Amino acid sequence: MVKALNLALQQEMERDPDVLVLGEDVGVDGGVFRVTDDLQRQFGSRRVIDSPLAEAAIVGSAVGMSLYGLKPVCEIQFSGFAFQCFHQIENHAARYRQRSQGRFHCQMVVRMPYGGGVRALEHHSESEEQFYAHIPGLKMVIPSGPRTARALLAAAIRDPDPVIFFEAKALYHAAKEEVPDEPEIMPLGKARVDREGGGLTIVAYGAMLRVAREAAETLATEDGVETEIVDLLTVSPLDRDTLAASVGKTGRAVVVHEAPRSFGPGAEIAASIMEGAFLSLEAPVQRVAAYDVPFPGFAREKASVPDAARVVAAARAALAY
Amino acid sequence: MPRTVLEPRCQIEHLSILDADGNLDVALEPALTAEDLRRLYRAMLLGRRLDERMVRLQRQGRIGTFAPIKGQEAAQMGSVFTLRPTDWMVPSFRETAAMIWRGWSIEKMLLFFSGRLEGGQPEPEQRDLPVAIPVATQMPHAVGLAYAAQYRGDDAVVMAYCGDGATSEGDFHEAMNFAGVWSVPLVFVVQNNQWAISVPLKKQTHSATIAQKAVAYGMPGIQVDGNDVLAVYAASREAVERARAGDGPTLIEAVTYRLGVHTTADDPTKYRSEEEVKAWERKDPLTRFTGYLEKRNIAVAGVEAEVDAEIAAAVERFEAMGPADPLGMFDHAYGAPPAALEAQRAEVAERARDQQAPPAPPPDDSPLPMRGQRTTRRP
Repeated sequence: MVKALNLALQQEMERDPDVLVLGEDVGVDGGVFRVTDDLQRQFGSRRVIDSPLAEAAIVGSAVGMSLYGLKPVCEIQFSGFAFQCFHQIENHAARYRQRSQGRFHCQMVVRMPYGGGVRALEHHSESEEQFYAHIPGLKMVIPSGPRTARALLAAAIRDPDPVIFFEAKALYHAAKEEVPDEPEIMPLGKARVDREGGGLTIVAYGAMLRVAREAAETLATEDGVETEIVDLLTVSPLDRDTLAASVGKTGRAVVVHEAPRSFGPGAEIAASIMEGAFLSLEAPVQRVAAYDVPFPGFAREKASVPDAARVVAAARAALAY
Repeated sequence: MPRTVLEPRCQIEHLSILDADGNLDVALEPALTAEDLRRLYRAMLLGRRLDERMVRLQRQGRIGTFAPIKGQEAAQMGSVFTLRPTDWMVPSFRETAAMIWRGWSIEKMLLFFSGRLEGGQPEPEQRDLPVAIPVATQMPHAVGLAYAAQYRGDDAVVMAYCGDGATSEGDFHEAMNFAGVWSVPLVFVVQNNQWAISVPLKKQTHSATIAQKAVAYGMPGIQVDGNDVLAVYAASREAVERARAGDGPTLIEAVTYRLGVHTTADDPTKYRSEEEVKAWERKDPLTRFTGYLEKRNIAVAGVEAEVDAEIAAAVERFEAMGPADPLGMFDHAYGAPPAALEAQRAEVAERARDQQAPPAPPPDDSPLPMRGQRTTRRP
C-alpha cells in the first residue's frame, strides 16, 4: 500500500504544480514509512518540505498555503501525535470556508498512519478517527488496501475541502494488490460493497476489512451464511444509502472498528442503519470494537483490537437473535 | 576547555521618534507626506471613534461582545500603513482600525461582533484573513501564506498580528521557528498592550522584552514605542522592505496599552489601578500625533465630524439589515454539501415555512396514523 500511496502523490504532483508535501522526515528520508520516498528528488525541496518538528505549524502553515491557493498534503508521522495540531484542524482548516463565507477554503490533506498491528509503543497504534469524523467541514477517509488508497488519496488531493486521510499501518507493507498505471479516482463519501451476500452485513474500513473478510469466510464455511461486506472508505460524510440498502436486504449488521467502542463510529453507523433500514432489522446492530481503555500496549493489543473470532461471534449473536 | 561567549549576543533596539511630550527626533523622522499623515490620522481617529461607538452599541444591546482597541491605534496604523493592497494581513481579534484600513467595511465589523457570519467575508480582491479568535493560532497561517507567496514567485509580504499574551502560546513559537527556517516574507507585529485579560506582562514572560524572542529564531527583532505612530511606521517599513527583498521575517514588539476593557465582558478595575491607566492616558497615541500634526501645520479640522458621519451612516445601514437567515448556516460548511447536510437544511427550511404558515386546524378524533407494517421475516 505504501507504493500505491507514493504513486498517487507522485502523479498528483506531476499533474498540478500547486500540490506540495510537507511534514517531518518526508523529504530526504522519504517518510518514516517511505510513503513520500523519492518525491523530494523528483520535485525538489521547495515542494517536498522537510519541516521542523511541530505538528501545529505543519498543519497551520498548510492552512495558510491553502488559503493562498496551494494544495498542501501534510504528513503527521503518527495519528497519536495529531493532538498537537488538532486545534489547527478543528479551529481553522474545517472552518475557513464558513468563516470567510466562501471567500477562502482549505483544499488540503492531512495524512496520518493509524491503528495497531505493528508492535509499536504508546501513541503509535491508536485509532482515533471518531474525533475527525465528528467535525463539520472536514472529510474523514480511510482506505482499505492499495487500490483504494491510491484512488482515494488522489481524490482527497483534488477535493476542495480539507480531508483527514488515515492510513492503516498494518496494511502499509502487508497489503498487496494490482494498481493500474494510469491515474484512478474513487469518489469520496461513497462506500464499496466488497462482498455480496444476503444473510448479514458487516461494515468495516481500513485494516478491519481484512478481519471482516476472514469472518465472512468462516461464516460461509461453518454457518452457511452469505455475508455482505460494506467497505466504508469514507467515514465522514457517511454513505448512508449504501448502508441502508445493504441492511435493507440482509436485516442484520455487525460494525467493526479499531477505535474504542463508546461514542465511536459504530454508534453513528448503527444509528444510520436504524434510521435507514429500521423496518428491515431482525436484530440489534452489533458493534465489535476496541475496548474502552487507552491503547493497552502492543503486548495486549490483540486482546483489544477486533479479530475475526470476535466478529464471527457477534455475527452469530445477530443471526440467532 | 574554556567557556566562550557565542554569537549572537542579544542586543535589542528600542525605537522612539516622537515621545509623549511631543519631542521629535528629527534625524529619525520618516519622510511621510502631508497627505499620508492626514490619512494616518484619519484612520487612527476612525478607529478610536468607532471603538467608542461600538462599546456604546454593546452596552445598549445592539451588538454582542466587542474587543476594543482604544490606545492601540498607533501600533495598528503605523504598521498596516506600510502594506500594499497586494500584501496580506492576518489579524487576531483586536485590530479594528487596521482591518478597516485594509478594506473591511464598518458594517462588516458590526456584523462580526453581532455574531453574523457575513462579517467574516473579505471583499473579492482583499488579501486579508478574517478575525481569528483562538490566541496565536493564526500565526502559522501567516507563515503558510508567506511561503505560498514565495513559492509562486509573488512579491507579496504578510503582516501578522497578535498580542503579548499570544507570545506564551506554542503556535507563536512554532510560527516564528518555521518563518525563520523557511525565511519567508513575514512581519510579526506583537501589540504588547501589557495585559492579557487580567494577567500582566511580568506574569506572562520572564524575558525583558518580547522583541528579544526573535533572536532565538534567527530573525531581527525590534521594540518600538507602540504609541508613537512614526516609530511604528519606521520599524514596519524597514521590516516590510526586508521581507520584500527576500531577507526574511522580522518581529516587531509595539509597546502600547489597552486603555479600555479586554472585551465588553471584562471589568479591569478588578486587576489594575486607576493610576496606571491614567499614566498611560498621558501617552495617548492620538493626542501625541495631533500635536505633531499641529506643529507641521497639517490641518485636520473637520476630520472628526467626517468620521463620525461615516460611522453613523454605517451603523444605520447595519441596523436596517434584516435578521440572519437561519439557512445561511448551511451555505459554506462544505464546497458541495453531503446528502445528510442537505436533509438537515431541508428540515430547517420546512420549520421556517411552518412558522410562517397559518396555524393548523384542530386535530379530529381519528386515531394516529400508523407508520406502516413491520415487513420483517420474523413471525
